[in-house]
Amino acid sequence: MSSEVQEYPQATMPVPEAPEGHALVGFTAEFDDIDDVLNAARKVRASGYKVWDVHSPFPIHGIDAIIGIRPTILPWMVLCAGCTGTTCAILMQWWMNAYDYKLLISGKPFFSLPANIPIIFELTVLFSALTAVFGMLALNRLPLLYNPLFKSARFRRVTNDRFFVLIDSSDRLFDETKTAEFLASLNPLSIERVVD
Amino acid sequence: MTTMATPISQASLDSLVAEAKAKAARIAAEHDSDNTSDDPRVRMPLVVGGKTFTTVTENIAGVAEGPTPLGWYIAFVIALSLLGLLGLCVNYLILTGVGVWGNNIPVGWGFGIVNFVFWVGIGHAGTLISAILFLFRQNWRTGINRFAEAMTIFAVVCAGMFPGIHVGRAWMAYYMFPIPNQMEMWPNFRSPLLWDVFAVGTYATVSLLFWYVGMVPDLATLRDRAKGTVRQIAYGIFALGWNGSSRHWHRYERMYLLLAALATPLVLSVHSVVSFDFATAQLPGWHATIFPPYFVAGAIFGGFAMVLCLAIPCREFFGLKDIITKRHLDNMGKILLATGMLVGYSYLCEAFIAWYGGNPIEQFTFKNRAFGPYAWAYWTMIWCNVLCPQFLWSSKIRKNLVALFIVATFANIGMWFERFVIIVTTLTRDFLPSSWHNFRPTWVDLGTLAGSFGLFFTLFLLFCRFLPMVAMAEVKTVMPQAHSHDPEAHPDTRRSDYRPDEHLNPDHAAPRGGGAVSAP
Repeated sequence: MSSEVQEYPQATMPVPEAPEGHALVGFTAEFDDIDDVLNAARKVRASGYKVWDVHSPFPIHGIDAIIGIRPTILPWMVLCAGCTGTTCAILMQWWMNAYDYKLLISGKPFFSLPANIPIIFELTVLFSALTAVFGMLALNRLPLLYNPLFKSARFRRVTNDRFFVLIDSSDRLFDETKTAEFLASLNPLSIERVVD
Repeated sequence: MTTMATPISQASLDSLVAEAKAKAARIAAEHDSDNTSDDPRVRMPLVVGGKTFTTVTENIAGVAEGPTPLGWYIAFVIALSLLGLLGLCVNYLILTGVGVWGNNIPVGWGFGIVNFVFWVGIGHAGTLISAILFLFRQNWRTGINRFAEAMTIFAVVCAGMFPGIHVGRAWMAYYMFPIPNQMEMWPNFRSPLLWDVFAVGTYATVSLLFWYVGMVPDLATLRDRAKGTVRQIAYGIFALGWNGSSRHWHRYERMYLLLAALATPLVLSVHSVVSFDFATAQLPGWHATIFPPYFVAGAIFGGFAMVLCLAIPCREFFGLKDIITKRHLDNMGKILLATGMLVGYSYLCEAFIAWYGGNPIEQFTFKNRAFGPYAWAYWTMIWCNVLCPQFLWSSKIRKNLVALFIVATFANIGMWFERFVIIVTTLTRDFLPSSWHNFRPTWVDLGTLAGSFGLFFTLFLLFCRFLPMVAMAEVKTVMPQAHSHDPEAHPDTRRSDYRPDEHLNPDHAAPRGGGAVSAP
């Protein structure tokens, strides 16, 4: 990680140069308007590219349908975790207070649902919430502290005010010249080579 | 291209657009200084000052990146001194025993539990703003949710400390958790005190996750703007490599919705469980079925009061007036009024049931609250929580920041006294007059209370200095620029989602051909 960070460069249209000895990850095209990036995304999809993405500083309304992102399985994972939490809480309370070490308190039953509901509820929520967060991170393959995209000072504005379309070099249709020309036709602020 | 019925020149089309833009600019200028209008025909902007994505980032990230203001150091020194006092009091307590507190028999629950309930109540507003207002699509929450969540975490830290030191032998506090131990004993799961351990523990964990995961995209912003290696590495690690991928955002948004849906009943459950500590006891003044909703209303009231007390100075001091606008404060004032009325209703209902129930001891307890030795605390509570919020009916007072701050401060004081009244009046005067005994706090009690504010403000000031105080990514989604004005982007014309500030941006009225932009 370099200690000096470049200022955000002026957005101009560079001609992508190919540095030697580095693996090409793909091309990014930069936009600063929501409609422009959505139009670009529609065209990328219409052109048949499969391995591509849109990067943005905030979730864009309606982008899922345009890119064709399928609904995540995360809610099902959370449902399973919630059921596990419920089961664990019931078993734990039964085993600890009614089986392993019977606690007789004021002649009340050793195990009864009303007295055990609060902890059942809390553990259900706890298991579900942990799964929601860590499941999201796992499905997103995060944390991933190294990413070739971060090498570009221009791309760093993706967490600020710029939108990027990334076409990955592993795409079947990817061709350095044709993809660069195609991206240029989308009228971006800039196009950049991303190398590893 | 659609063909017009009557021919119209491009010039007149252009002038129509220009006219619409000028009109929108006029409306925008009108509401820029005061966006608190309740006129339902106009959608008020949530971010004022003509902000763009870039300036929103500059504004919020600038707080964490700029030089430390002198005022911050002064506040930090005060907070740190109080934190030192807390350390002193807690160490003295642990080394000597709970006898250094004013607790006695019958008042076994003194300041330790008053402070616990007070702080855990304040901790409710953050998750309420994050979760419940999120589910209700209250977009104004984006301006305040981050630091309200931070407030929650810090308040729960303060709250969690009290039961730990209140047990007397603090090194035995692990008895509260179901950990295998050499005695082969387990905790009693039918006790509300143990429910509390699980409720507050779960609440602290989920609030922390909610706060942190909500902050990841903003930490990435700070990482990408960082100028030094240390900052770059520190923010870089906590940002987890966030890169704004749409696929990531898709799962992230789903996760956020799930967390909100889980946290909503959780918020309500936590203070309900805290109230069970009282309601399941058989003491007069505690044994009441209204306690769970009454406590939850009080917690939201106290929590919002604390959010206001923090938001009003912070927006001035850190220059966040365009993002935490008067509308935000006005809305919070309304919530304070509504929850204050709920609290007042609960007081009334409790007293009514005491009278209607015909139990002489219960009736005595309520007379004793209002006219007994702690009447001053009772009437302080009534003034602060029931009467004072009534000023908020006036929109002039809600828009007057000093007045709003004073009302909110009273509400905070009142909520502390509410817990004091509940705990102390009941315990000092229960069934047998022979066991009555008044309660008087010692300097250690008062020092610990003041010290807990030191802990809270130390954490809060560190948060203000080093972390993104406002959820930048979320604020950007409620700005007009974040929404496509291209009808092609929204093929479903029945969509009912909220498009804030639509009227301010007439661009959608202008013909904006989807494909025309980049035609070769």
